[in-house]
Amino acid sequence: MLSEASNGEALLRRAETRRRWSLAMPALIVIALFSILPLAVMVVYSFLTPGTYGNVVWQFSLDGWFSVVFERDLFDDTLGLADAHLSILGRSALLALATTGLTMLFGLPTAWFIATRPVATRAYWMFLITVPFWTNLLVRTIAIQEVIRADGTINRLLLGLGVIDAPIQMMFTNGAVLLGMTYVYLPLMVLPVYAAIEKFDFRLAEAAYDLHASRFYCLRRVIFPLIRPGIVAGSILVFIPALGAYVTPRLMGGGRAMMWGNLIDLQFGQGRNWPLGAALSVSLTLLVMIALVLSVRRFAGGGRSDV
Amino acid sequence: MSKRKFSVRHVPGAAPIAIVTFVALYAPVLILIANAFNAGPVIGRWEGFSGRWFVAAIGNDAFRNAALNSLIVAALAALISTSLATMAALAITRGRRLRGEGGIFVVLNQPLLVPEIVLAIALMIVLAQIKQATGYHGLGYLIVAHSTFCIPFAFMPIRARLEGMDLTLETAAMDLYAGRFYTFRRVTLPLLAPGILAGFMLAFVVSLDNVVVSSFVKSPGQETLPTYLMGELRRNLSSEIYAISALLLFASVTVVAASWLITRRKP
Repeated sequence: MLSEASNGEALLRRAETRRRWSLAMPALIVIALFSILPLAVMVVYSFLTPGTYGNVVWQFSLDGWFSVVFERDLFDDTLGLADAHLSILGRSALLALATTGLTMLFGLPTAWFIATRPVATRAYWMFLITVPFWTNLLVRTIAIQEVIRADGTINRLLLGLGVIDAPIQMMFTNGAVLLGMTYVYLPLMVLPVYAAIEKFDFRLAEAAYDLHASRFYCLRRVIFPLIRPGIVAGSILVFIPALGAYVTPRLMGGGRAMMWGNLIDLQFGQGRNWPLGAALSVSLTLLVMIALVLSVRRFAGGGRSDV
Repeated sequence: MSKRKFSVRHVPGAAPIAIVTFVALYAPVLILIANAFNAGPVIGRWEGFSGRWFVAAIGNDAFRNAALNSLIVAALAALISTSLATMAALAITRGRRLRGEGGIFVVLNQPLLVPEIVLAIALMIVLAQIKQATGYHGLGYLIVAHSTFCIPFAFMPIRARLEGMDLTLETAAMDLYAGRFYTFRRVTLPLLAPGILAGFMLAFVVSLDNVVVSSFVKSPGQETLPTYLMGELRRNLSSEIYAISALLLFASVTVVAASWLITRRKP
């Protein structure tokens, strides 16, 4: 009797599990077909031979991966480091890090400011941050480009005031790309940091002050450790899209301050070296995922701070 | 009130930096919009206030086609991704922990974990094969591609809403002999509606704003608003380009504001 009842229950539970899996299945299938499968094709392509007019020839080759780092000299066939690629990859990493740093520099005080407003007005300040977050990245890049381009707002202003005689060339430099990325990715830093500060129990800071902690000491030893998960989350959210950025460096950096994403595009276009482009794509994706896993692990380590 | 008391919430320098940040965030966009209202074609040479570039843009066939394509793709991609995301969110949140839930979660968010340019080119390679095999070059590819990367965006608010709804009401309905479907339609769905609407709107905006995937997946001659704008940028900047940018900005701000108003109502 008893075993029969529990048997029926097990059957019911299994039917329930099956029903829920089938509910999740359509979304999983769509992502598998149109996001995971194309990525797998990219991995395969990175091990093939480039065709003469782009595309690939179905012949195994490690040249794609090889030429991410090395290049063969045209004249004497000696091996050297692919300086052109490596400098672009290095610049991407540095610019992504610098963007993360700058968004922190401006984002943390902004998040703090919003989180310490009266509850009634906080939502409105946050709305001002979320609007740029959800508005067109291309349009926002055009907007920041207008400010610094050769005939742009700053140059017109300075020329008009007679401060300068000729426009200052600010576009197509690393600085321009950095400015553009900081501008477009800033909301991504503010959102999670704000969420962390808002949860912070300010009685803890009061206790620290009561125990004669200085303002800086309290900030460093009480507040910072507790809002760190938010800062880590913000850094991930900024670093990852910055590392793979395509639109902003293309508009602000042009051909002179290219980033990883633009180099990939180049290999699939004029470069006509799809395997190299695929190898660059796979390595960028791997790097992003490693960065993600590492920071999530650290993030989980700080999870106890969820008071 | 006149003399400020010592406050633990006060950090010197935070407020000025925050104000600078807000100004820096909005000034470029406002400058862009202001320039779109210039009567003259050359940016920076002010010839009076006029909406003529907006009229010119809307009167332009290429712009109208691109806008129509954008709306069709965004509406269908939002519809598809929201439906799929709702089903997946129901699967994860209703009932006890599902084995393999973590795996479902990772797959649902996978499109966010891949750099956009990589996803765009990978899709281009795969879809080019299908285009060649079938001979079909329509909007379907853009709709499918957008539906895919919109799933995680639609999923977020829907799951958040579902996690805030406990199972008691649904259990009560079932106890009163409501069938599974009836319970869903009359209890779960009305409670979940704001989450679904928010998910739909976010998916719509994300699709409307997409440049990178669209420019690699679109067939020759096909344009969405952002790819059309990207193409126009190769020419000289003009007041008309700024007017198109302002229109695009206006479209996303409207949707975001609407979704904000909806999600502010608590469950």
